[in-house]
Amino acid sequence: MKRVVITGAGTINALGHCVADTMAAMAEGTCGIGPLEFRDVERLQIQIGGQVRGFEAQGRYNRQQMSLYDRFTQFTLAAAKEAIEQSGISFSGETAARSGVVLGTAGGGVSTWDDNYRAVYEEGKNRVHPFVVPKLMNNAAASHVSIEWNLKGPSFTVSTACASSNHAMAQAFAMVRSGMAPAMVTGGSESMLCFGGVKAWEGLRVMSRDACRPFSANRNGMVQGEGAGIFVFEEYEHARARGADILCEVAGFAMSSDAADIVMPSKNGAARAMSGALADAQIDRSAVGYINAHGTGTAANDKTECAAVADVFGPHADRLMISSTKSMHGHLIGGTGAVELLACIMALRDGIIAPTIGYEEPDPECALDVVPNEAREAQVQVALSNAFAFGGMNAVIALRKI
Amino acid sequence: MNIKEQVIAIIAEQAVLEPNDVAIDNTLQELGIDSLGLVESIFAIEEAFDIQVPFNANKPGDSDFDISTVASIISGIERLRAEQH
Repeated sequence: MKRVVITGAGTINALGHCVADTMAAMAEGTCGIGPLEFRDVERLQIQIGGQVRGFEAQGRYNRQQMSLYDRFTQFTLAAAKEAIEQSGISFSGETAARSGVVLGTAGGGVSTWDDNYRAVYEEGKNRVHPFVVPKLMNNAAASHVSIEWNLKGPSFTVSTACASSNHAMAQAFAMVRSGMAPAMVTGGSESMLCFGGVKAWEGLRVMSRDACRPFSANRNGMVQGEGAGIFVFEEYEHARARGADILCEVAGFAMSSDAADIVMPSKNGAARAMSGALADAQIDRSAVGYINAHGTGTAANDKTECAAVADVFGPHADRLMISSTKSMHGHLIGGTGAVELLACIMALRDGIIAPTIGYEEPDPECALDVVPNEAREAQVQVALSNAFAFGGMNAVIALRKI
Repeated sequence: MNIKEQVIAIIAEQAVLEPNDVAIDNTLQELGIDSLGLVESIFAIEEAFDIQVPFNANKPGDSDFDISTVASIISGIERLRAEQH
């Protein structure tokens, strides 16, 4: 078994258009959630979200690329460029032939579906642009990353709702650890902030109209975000041989399925994923200093997640820190675990724990150290990143300081 | 713009050329338009002239629409306009 490290990170989300800006905003406890701006937003009951602002595709991509890149692909390519350039890895020869890209997304090209349904249903048009299918398909982003960076190894897209990017990163990790690939580009992206995307979520009645306040007794639901997080996972000796800057080690993962309910979370399924990730990484639970929570800000998730943490960690649950950065960047659905991995890297590498902002009232059912409202300095050796999806599919990744 | 000018404008945009650089006897291949560019050009032609172009990308040669040169495309559009309007 090979050791696996992260040698590059890239992102775009409501907190920033790069990793440095995003981490600075997390350390400041900045809220990236605000009024949504897009066509027909006035017909929505939910009008807030973590929208990416100031990202202009024009100028960044040419006309032909624009006709093929949905917004989720645009985000992915911007984040992939940052990650791969930072890593300094070049994909050629044997490295290119064996390295691939595994990404997560829940909805793929949602705004492409939305725009074209609008054209044919509302506007009565009988013809759509020929690239609608290659633009909206869930693997479009992964394909364009492979094309742009010459990644010719195993490449595909994982779709498990809110756990998509954690499942994708776990898969990429397993490929590098087994020796199947020397490096993998991985992470995820999502862009559902358009009329149809938000309308669908609105129907479920789990969305907050004012703020995302994870673990707070007065929390009233989740807030959607958008963006991408992309990483280079690389075999440790491969990274060392080329003198790469190593951000942290990916130590293990576990996936579990609740096999119970299509939307309600399960304490048992979440606990099995966390304890499974520790077992896979051969890490004692007492070594965990920080958990980036799934922490959606819904009544059901947060209390279930806290109960699962208490079950897995016993008395150590009161000594570790757990925060939800969704309070700042919103819930990026299929891309969320990827952006949240940045909070884990910041904890391990920089010793800064991102806070849970919007925290107002303690909830006895969430009685853990949720790092309320202000970031904290702390030395952390091991961090976990949780993702518990609709459909009961869970994926937890364990990371270690290096 | 007449039909010829419109078609040349569509093809020039697709080929990332100036309209003056598109000759009536050019083939799309000569202009550097690949299969995706061809499908996009046909979409733009359908939109511009409000016609249905009988073109199947699986069998471009068998379609009842001659795409061999800029001139053949123009005459094909003129025929379709006459039939469909």
